Amino acid sequence: MSSAQKNLFLLLIVILLAAAPFFLHRSAEFAGADDRAEEAITQIRPDYEPWFKPVWEPPSGEVETFLFATQAAIGSGIVCYFLGYSKGKKHREQK
Amino acid sequence: MFRRTTWLTMYLLLAMAVLARPAYAMHIAEGFLPFNWAAFWFVVVLPFWFWGLRSIQQTVKSNPGLKMLLGLAGAYTFVLSALKLPSVTGSCSHPTGVGLGAILFGPAAMSILGGIVLLFQALLLAHGGLSTLGANTFSMAVVGPFVAYGLYRLVRRLGGSLPVAVFLAATLGDLMTYVTTSLQLALAFPAQPGGVLASMLKFMGIFAVTQLPLAISEGILTVIVFNLLATYNKNELQELSILDEKALAVGGRNLEVHK
Repeated sequence: MSSAQKNLFLLLIVILLAAAPFFLHRSAEFAGADDRAEEAITQIRPDYEPWFKPVWEPPSGEVETFLFATQAAIGSGIVCYFLGYSKGKKHREQK
Repeated sequence: MFRRTTWLTMYLLLAMAVLARPAYAMHIAEGFLPFNWAAFWFVVVLPFWFWGLRSIQQTVKSNPGLKMLLGLAGAYTFVLSALKLPSVTGSCSHPTGVGLGAILFGPAAMSILGGIVLLFQALLLAHGGLSTLGANTFSMAVVGPFVAYGLYRLVRRLGGSLPVAVFLAATLGDLMTYVTTSLQLALAFPAQPGGVLASMLKFMGIFAVTQLPLAISEGILTVIVFNLLATYNKNELQELSILDEKALAVGGRNLEVHK
């Protein structure tokens, strides 16, 4: 297997791992995790009050998704720029 | 070999689906650590931040050519910690992405890079928090990277191949982050009967199952990035003494393919 094929195969496993839960666990909500953490803590200590509030909260779920997507986009932009740059440099050095 | 791995993966996934129950596995939310514990984790993390700053300064000073690779390590953590992936438990969690940078630049540098990502998420996404920044930095940007780096060195020393070492390092670094988070929560919120241990077991039972497939995903993704680095950035990896001759032989083979 060539290196590119190997990477593609590995990527396929990652995609399967991410998609499998939808098939294995159809009825699940796939809710965000922080809320459940807060629930569990109030179960153990019903009298606990958070003593500090976030300085700013995304006004809606859509805005939050947008911001997370932006974070992922900026990060993968830099990663892909670096890999593309390296590939180009390697090519030029070989010529 | 591949077939056996596939079956093992399927078995694991099915086992997890049967065991599935509500779970959470992310950073500790704002205000959800009592003041004293929040302060305690800041004090614990402070020396690692100083160490990290010095470590990054030294790397950049002695090897300015590695700045871009340092950026890559930071960006990788940035992407992976933004990916809220569904898990077989029916809830979502995210990988950490700190394993790559820990292997490349050592664990101390990641306390800064991971800390920056956590600060960004606390300020702009209300994910994690400023009061819990110390605790979250300790689990994701200190414990995770140190476990990853230690395991990587250990596996390499025992003669394990580069992909195996990278996979185990990134996977277990990710997993240990969330084990640490459950310990932090258990210490602050001991169960009424059973105390810290009971809480810890409860949190861990939830965490391990949710995070396991995501940790495996992170391990595989990190191996892919390392494969690409071994192909295109041989010089940088040599400067960081990641690639010895044995690993270079693999990189050399990859090179043939990409000509």
